[in-house]
Formats: sequence, structure tokens, C-alpha cells
Amino acid sequence: MNFSWMAWTLPTALFFLAILLLLVGMGVWEYVSPGGNPRIGILRFETTRGDRLFVSLLGSAFIHLAWLGLIGPNVWWATALSLVYAIGVFKFV
Amino acid sequence: MEKTLNNKAWFMVLPVLVLVAFSAVIPLMTVVNYSVQDTFGNNAFFWAGTDWFVQVLRSDRFWDALTRNLIFSAIILTIEIPLGVLIALNMPKKGLGVPVCLVLMSLPLLIPWNVVGTIWQVFGRVDIGLLGYVLAGLGIQYNYVNNVFDAWATLIVMDVWHWTSLVVLLAYAGLVSIPDAYYQAAKIDGASRWAVFRYIQLPKMKRVLLIAFLLRFMDSFMIYTEPFVITGGGPGNSTTFLSIDLVKTAIGQFDLGPAAALSLIYFLIILLLSWIFYTVMTTSDAQN
Repeated sequence: MNFSWMAWTLPTALFFLAILLLLVGMGVWEYVSPGGNPRIGILRFETTRGDRLFVSLLGSAFIHLAWLGLIGPNVWWATALSLVYAIGVFKFV
Repeated sequence: MEKTLNNKAWFMVLPVLVLVAFSAVIPLMTVVNYSVQDTFGNNAFFWAGTDWFVQVLRSDRFWDALTRNLIFSAIILTIEIPLGVLIALNMPKKGLGVPVCLVLMSLPLLIPWNVVGTIWQVFGRVDIGLLGYVLAGLGIQYNYVNNVFDAWATLIVMDVWHWTSLVVLLAYAGLVSIPDAYYQAAKIDGASRWAVFRYIQLPKMKRVLLIAFLLRFMDSFMIYTEPFVITGGGPGNSTTFLSIDLVKTAIGQFDLGPAAALSLIYFLIILLLSWIFYTVMTTSDAQN
């Protein structure tokens, strides 16, 4: 099967691989500790682990977009900021 | 009683997963791949990094189209949700009137979007359209081709005509599912019409209204066919929404890289706003 029309590149393949690994990791976490660990954090509504991952990923996407729009095309600092943000979400949300 | 765990049920989900993979995930992956490259056709791609994102995010064209989208969706939701609820409240609950009303309400939903656009394009024309002709006869200067206000008014009225029925049908489904006992209790308590609506009907309709709100938001935010047929994005760029801008970029200019970047930004905005609406409405529901 020819997938050249999908125009794969190494960075985008790594990006999707990272997303896949995150999902697999969440699946393993759920298997080890079932129930999703629901809790009410600083946003004052109940979130599970999956919700917190979603908030982390969506927030990270917007951090990158804000960085690209306001600062420039080099996004390494935006990625670092997103990691800090994701840790914050998993800890406090 | 202990729950029966059966992991074979996961295989039942497999066909859906395959379908979603082919209809959504693979195209989305392709768009991500395109958004970081440039192409001149023949499957030849050149790495562009994040340049297209920077270009889109710093263009007035993108922000103007996004603002138009947000204004359009806000107007549509402000009109269609209350109007849909009002019509549903006044629809008959028993007798021959029920199927008649339901069929009449369903009719606009059965018309394809491009046909709706064509109907309103002809309907609004001053020379041959009934609406344009009547308005001209009343001395009202109406021309959606060269007047921004008229173009917006036509699109809004058209969308309200086309999609309020969806809100009506969903709200009506919520209303008829309320057991009579609630109304009898309200009658015994001497509750006013407003109190019945506020404390019985509205809470019972909340879930279907949430669905209606999300569907109408996403649909109005992604509107393409009708404005494309009626105004073509004009006069000027006054009705060029993000979707029209996207098609102009991708197909008109064959700028697949910037179009892919714009698609992803558009997708993320819809995802964010839908998540916010859903979370706010379900959280207030849970608190109640």
C-alpha cells in the first residue's frame, strides 16, 4: 500500500507516535489503577485522568499557537512551557 | 450484585474504530503532515516547519474571518435556541396536530444545504425573487449583493429558517418526555406558567438543549455552502467565513500548506469552544 499521498515526515511521525504512546500509557495506568481517579480540582468540576490529559493536550496546542503568533517559529520553549502546564494540570485540576 | 466483566465487548467497538480511523484520523494526520510542508503538486513536498502557522496567525485575513464566524454563531444561537424552545412549547402535545407539526418542522431539515442556498439566492433577488420584490415594493432598499447589512440579514434569516426546526424537534422531544405527574403537582401548588417553565420544563429539557446548542454552534461555526451559494463571501469579504477562506486558500490558490495550518487552527478553536460549552453546561447540570 502506498502512503506517499499522506506526505509523512519524521517530525510529524514522531508527534503522532508520542500521542499514541501517551494513550497507551494512559491505558496501562487505568489497568494498574482502575476508576480514572476522579477528583475536583481548582477548576471546581470533576475531572478524571483522561479529562486531565485532554485539557493538557488542548492547552498545549494553544500554548504553541500563541507562541507561534506572538513570538516566532521556534517552538522549543513553547514545548517546555506546555510540559510545565501539563504537570500543573495533572497536579491541580 | 457483582458486575459481569466481559472484555469481548471491545471487539464490538472495532468496526467503529476502523470507520473513524478512515474517515477522521487518517485525514487529520494527512492535514498535520501538509501543514508543515509546501507542495507544487505531483506528490512532491518541501519542509516548511511552522512557517504556515506563523503566516496564518499573523494575517488580518484569518482574524477578520474568525471574528465574522464568532459574531455569526453568537447571533444564530441567540435567535435559534429561544425561538426553538418557544415554538416547541406551543406545539400541540396530542391529536392530529402533532404529526402535522412534526412533518412541517422536519421539512427544512430535509433540504440539501446547496439547495437552501439557491432557494434564498433566488428568493432574495430584487428582479425575480419574492422577498426582494416585496421589499422593493414596500420601498425598502434591499440588495444582498452589494449591501453588507442585507447580506448578513439574508444569511441569518436563512439559517434561522433552515435550522430552528432542529432545536424545535429536540426541545419537543424533551418536553413530551416529562411525566404528567410533574404538571399535576405544579397545578396543586398553584404554580404560574413561568414557574412551570422555569422549574419543570427547562430543567427537563436541559440535556436535549445542550445537544441542540452544541450542534448549532458547531454547524454555524463551520457554515460554508449557504453563504458560498448566496453571497460567495461578499460583498467584498464581509461574509467570508473561515470555511470559505479555507476553500479559497486550498482550492482557489492551491496553497495546501497554509490551508492545512488554517484547518488545524480552525479545528482546535471548535474543539476548545465545544469543550467549554459542554463542560459549563454539564457541570451546572451536575450541581443542580
